[in-house]
Amino acid sequence: MAVCIAVIAKENYPLYIRSTPTENELKFHYMVHTSLDMVDEKISAMGKALVDQRELYLGLLYPTEDYKVYGYVTNSKVKFVMVVDSSNTALRDNEIRSMFRKLHNSYTDVMCNPFYNPGDRIQSRAFDNMVTSMMIQVC
Amino acid sequence: MEAAAAAAAAAAAAAGGGCGSGPPPLLLSEGEQQCYSELFARCAGAAGGGPGSGPPEAARVAPGTATAAAGPVADLFRASQLPAETLHQITELCGAKRVGYFGATQFYIALKLIAAAQSGLPVRIESIKCELPLPRFMMSKNDGEIRFGNPAELHGTKVQIPYLTTEKNSFKRMDDEDKQQETQSPTMSPLASPPSSPPHYQRVPLSHGYSKLRSSAEQMHPAPYEARQPLVQPEGSSSGGPGTKPLRHQASLIRSFSVERELQDNSSYPDEPWRITEEQREYYVNQFRSLQPDPSSFISGSVAKNFFTKSKLSIPELSYIWELSDADCDGALTLPEFCAAFHLIVARKNGYPLPEGLPPTLQPEYLQAAFPKPKWDCQLFDSYSESLPANQQPRDLNRMETSVKDMADLPVPTQDVTSDDKQALKSTINEALSKDVSEDPATSKDSNSLKARPRSRSYSSTSIEEAMKRGEDPPTPPPRPQKTHSRASSLDLNKVFQPSVPATKSGLLPPPPALPPRPCPSQSEQVSEAELLPQLSRAPSQAAESSPAKKDVPYSQPPSKPIRRKFRPENQATENQEPSTAASGPASAATMKPHPTVQKQSSKQKKAIQTAIRKNKEANAVLARLNSELQQQLKEVHQERIALENQLEQLRPVTVL
Repeated sequence: MAVCIAVIAKENYPLYIRSTPTENELKFHYMVHTSLDMVDEKISAMGKALVDQRELYLGLLYPTEDYKVYGYVTNSKVKFVMVVDSSNTALRDNEIRSMFRKLHNSYTDVMCNPFYNPGDRIQSRAFDNMVTSMMIQVC
Repeated sequence: MEAAAAAAAAAAAAAGGGCGSGPPPLLLSEGEQQCYSELFARCAGAAGGGPGSGPPEAARVAPGTATAAAGPVADLFRASQLPAETLHQITELCGAKRVGYFGATQFYIALKLIAAAQSGLPVRIESIKCELPLPRFMMSKNDGEIRFGNPAELHGTKVQIPYLTTEKNSFKRMDDEDKQQETQSPTMSPLASPPSSPPHYQRVPLSHGYSKLRSSAEQMHPAPYEARQPLVQPEGSSSGGPGTKPLRHQASLIRSFSVERELQDNSSYPDEPWRITEEQREYYVNQFRSLQPDPSSFISGSVAKNFFTKSKLSIPELSYIWELSDADCDGALTLPEFCAAFHLIVARKNGYPLPEGLPPTLQPEYLQAAFPKPKWDCQLFDSYSESLPANQQPRDLNRMETSVKDMADLPVPTQDVTSDDKQALKSTINEALSKDVSEDPATSKDSNSLKARPRSRSYSSTSIEEAMKRGEDPPTPPPRPQKTHSRASSLDLNKVFQPSVPATKSGLLPPPPALPPRPCPSQSEQVSEAELLPQLSRAPSQAAESSPAKKDVPYSQPPSKPIRRKFRPENQATENQEPSTAASGPASAATMKPHPTVQKQSSKQKKAIQTAIRKNKEANAVLARLNSELQQQLKEVHQERIALENQLEQLRPVTVL
């Protein structure tokens, strides 16, 4: 479903970025990078302290002709950005939300590992597997 | 022989010309060619199982069509007396893994590699380019004769065929498992010198499998074989060899098989290197105890991190091992998780590649069920092997409960919990013996759910406990506030005052001033009570009267009544005090008139007030002490937090903007 998934740290550098078609990877990287602006805009817009699941999910950030970019931010300002193919019209909001939820859970599991220092690149195989499963689903 | 030589030359040429991406061209000397072709023929011939001697087999050794069966090949390789890992590497390098069989080229390359390894060269493709002596195969007399240029002896191999076919099957199975393990990780770290004793022990299983098969093969062949048992025994003492399934099969064929006793507690899991033996289990549990005295509670992430970092594995590997072993992903390791992690580390240090997923023998449920908890359990349950799982679950449940209780109501000091644990264990030991096995699913579910519950709790509780423990010595846990809260709610004060209520109640009740106690409407009651009281005063026991007296006091009745009752009971009490307190003579009792009773009342009130004051002061002191303790703890936690924040700041990478 997703063609590219990225985890961005609080300081806006990538902790993890992976895309399905291994060519055009740079294009996805660029897209993710530009979408960070949108993310910041949405975060600053909601200035209230109360954050719940709904506000963690940022929704559609930026539609292009081929792709749609969705965003999700955690309480510690770690951002998940997902790029999906526009041709996947069947992809509903709920599904995107559930995908983000899964991502968040896996990310939490990565955090639980004491050998993981926050701020490192994510090299967990379990996380990789989960992301792969999300990306391969479409085929 | 010429045919053999020709075939060998053809094979060599094929090896030289063929598969460009495969192993490099192989140049064999005359002697090597002869020897190799012979060996290949033998292996291929044994595989074929058909009649006929050397030349027909050699004729079949056409390049690319004949394959040597894995069984005899494995036999041959083992006879080279190289360690199992080297043999694995050789099979990998020669390409037999890739193509899946031992063709002529692969076989020849393998033989050359064996020769290289035996001469001490590293197992690499480059080492076979130079001139090497013939590979030596330490087989029994039979094979030796065959090898040393007596092709007619090939007939002897036919006798071996039925045995070897069974072995071939078994070896294939084992080989597949080993291949499976190896394909999982492309990089196999080269084995350095044998590490310390527990890891060395772990090294045994893979080679143990080879040696077991070897010993079994030799057992099958009759007398002329040399005794290999002395070789087998020192290598492995307990179970855990990879070839247990084939061994069972062969053990049924052979009766006097001394290794059979090692098969006793093996189930049908194929991944034997991941099985934890009893000795290892003891070691792991001791290590766990050194980190965390209570075997049923967790080791926190940071403690485990420090401990495992000592193993000098790289951080990504340790991270991956943690990922595999921490099944519930809560950032803490229970005892089975810890054992699994330790086992994986030990295996990794010995050169085993890390598995893709947690092997079934290292799953926490399996580890909990399969092995009894250490020390007292082992001694007691040695003879109750079949009731072990049943005992395990209730005990685990008990432990879970106590640990959950520990987590939930933090005030309980850990020492009490451990002692309670032991007592609970001892009690459950007595009752668990009669426990039903059918309770297992329920208890395991409970223990699982209980285990799943601390997931969210373990963060806060472990950190608080750590902070607490840091302040004091581990053996003496800090005196945590038991029942009193920091908030001085009135409830607590009431609780504090409860014991003193009966004593001071009479004083607390505001006694109205001295009214002449002659109320009219309640006279009947009073009269009855008055009658009662005199009657009771005749009773020998004072307690019986003082209790009704006291009982009357809490009654919410018009003030006159209490006075009345007080008057009466006081009278009676004082009168009844006479027999008990001989000091106060009847004169004092006689002088007790309403006037002195009023005075007594006020004095009693004063006393009551004083006791109340004293109680208040005590409560104040208790609360003040409590307050100071909590302040201290708050300070400590603050310091903790500051330290952690500093750490975080240091670890955070430099931000680029």
